Amino acid sequence: MSDLTLNHWILMPIMLPALLAPIIVLAMRHDLVLQRIFSIAGTVALFAIALGLTVQAANGPPQVYELGNWDAPFGIVVVLDRLSALMVLLASILAIGVVIYAASSGWDSRGKHFHALFQFQLMGIMGAFLTGDVFNLFVFFEVLLIASYGLMLHGGGAARTRAGVQYVAINLLGSTLFLFAVGTLYGVTGTLNMADLALKVAEVPPEDQALLQTAGVLLLIVFAVKAAMVPIHFWLPGAYANAPGPVAALFAIMTKVGAYSILRVYTLIFGAAAGDAAWLAADWLMPAALVTLIVGMVGVLGASGLIRQICFAVIGSMGTLMIAIALFTPEATVAALYYLIHSTFAAAALFLIADQIVARRGQHGDRLHAAPRFPQTGLMAVLFFLGAIGMAGMPPLSGFLGKLLVLDAAKVSPAMGLIWTVILATSLLCIVGFARAGSTVFWKSAQVETHGDAPVSALTPRDSVPVGAVAFMLAGMVALSAFAGPITGYLEGTAAQLYNPLEYILAVLGPDALAGR
Amino acid sequence: MELLVASAVGAMTAAGLYLVLRARTFPVIVGVAMLSYAVNVFLFASGRLAIDLPPVISDTATGYSDPLPQALVLTAIVISFGMTAVIVVLALRAYLESGTDAIDTPAGESESGQPPSIAPTAASARKSDQTEGGQ
Repeated sequence: MSDLTLNHWILMPIMLPALLAPIIVLAMRHDLVLQRIFSIAGTVALFAIALGLTVQAANGPPQVYELGNWDAPFGIVVVLDRLSALMVLLASILAIGVVIYAASSGWDSRGKHFHALFQFQLMGIMGAFLTGDVFNLFVFFEVLLIASYGLMLHGGGAARTRAGVQYVAINLLGSTLFLFAVGTLYGVTGTLNMADLALKVAEVPPEDQALLQTAGVLLLIVFAVKAAMVPIHFWLPGAYANAPGPVAALFAIMTKVGAYSILRVYTLIFGAAAGDAAWLAADWLMPAALVTLIVGMVGVLGASGLIRQICFAVIGSMGTLMIAIALFTPEATVAALYYLIHSTFAAAALFLIADQIVARRGQHGDRLHAAPRFPQTGLMAVLFFLGAIGMAGMPPLSGFLGKLLVLDAAKVSPAMGLIWTVILATSLLCIVGFARAGSTVFWKSAQVETHGDAPVSALTPRDSVPVGAVAFMLAGMVALSAFAGPITGYLEGTAAQLYNPLEYILAVLGPDALAGR
Repeated sequence: MELLVASAVGAMTAAGLYLVLRARTFPVIVGVAMLSYAVNVFLFASGRLAIDLPPVISDTATGYSDPLPQALVLTAIVISFGMTAVIVVLALRAYLESGTDAIDTPAGESESGQPPSIAPTAASARKSDQTEGGQ
């Protein structure tokens, strides 16, 4: 292929933050206002690029960018298809809300280099969504993890640093496991390009099947660590509860990187055409997903603090998402992707709201007991209520539609009874858990004697921008339910593309890839 | 040679796993380093073991060794080296700030429980950043 066929815009979601971050570190490290301006402008530009790419992806076959113009499978490729475009767009929308919140709430001034780390984190996330090479996926995982370590520790403090050690250690183990899986995969197939792997996996001789499937399951464990699935979910509450509010909101997309990787690898490489290794993930994923949902929502009921409660709700929502993914049918994948978009906004909104509440409650922090009233109790209660009904999946927000789609897609499964029971019962647990938290923090607090002046209820202009960022996340859920028709239309195309991987393979390896096979 | 490499990978992985499960920062860091050595040797072996064969094209070569795993190992070494440095610094700081080197955190302890100050103005934020940056 010649240079002329390359669409350089595909690389821009990675290049823009990759260039912006060092510029922020080198040229404006002493000027926070300048950092804020460039970081916000860069994120908005990223959104514009992502929007353009999504329009392109919606109207055409997968597009491939060959780095250094080396033909696949020898060079590394970056692939834009409907799924990767969707994920890039979602991450960029989330990033806009988070960066505005971080700048307006003053979080970015509590330590150094917030915006540089934020941009590096975006670079890693975008790279993970766009790459078409398994080893390159590992590299981008590392990029986003290194940046996330810095962001998680932003602001410092003993408890946060200790939680950080735990978070780094568990992710180092995950990375080692990833390398073992990649090594095994390469040893068996001799390639790491995803499209090439999809072809080679089908030809693996029976004596190597055990090795291949070991590699496949090892990869599944790695992605499950990222997606916080039981039994490897335990790192999430500690890490997210100790991370600064806006960082926890950004991390809402990090668990989705795991979900995206599972969806990509186990439909493309270990999909229908994989011979003996076909649908390798399905048997393991479904039980793990059901238990994840139960553990998460029981955690919502039992958590001692508001932020930990949201962390467990995130684990529970990953369970619902993984149930839909584990069904591995086009209808279920539409439901999974719809729920994925929804749960990203819901989690981010709740983390930001909790951060606002914690900032107002002073020494009472996020603990679930009655405390004196704080400024704008009413407004916070409304925001929390909206976020909680979104997370629990009650109408009219998009969580309801998402769960409905998942339940509908589960009809064809032999385990339908179990799936329906678990999803519906855990929804109730989630509602009860959040109702208990909300009534303790807002209603019971109203009866506590306040010393001195009554707290103000009017919103000062300075506080209204962070609240606006929260409203932006909630608006994401409203838009998702208002435009459910066109969005599921796009998602149906995405699922069709995922379950017909030939289009992807031919785009990467060229039209002659299947000749001689 | 296969036996030697395989048992080396196995021994290092076993030692690494044992140390990681000790749940104190120093053994965990040594364990993680051990595991990353194991995986580096393992990655080498995934391109098949070959002696005295060049990875790049040469006129006198009778055969070639697989160059890709060598590139992969190089990348993996750089990343694991950087990551080990990060966790060493982090563990030191956690020890100095909290006085314990246990990896496990006590239940219910969270940074968000402390009273954070609400939204400093852009001007004061800028000032504090400048003083910090000037040190």
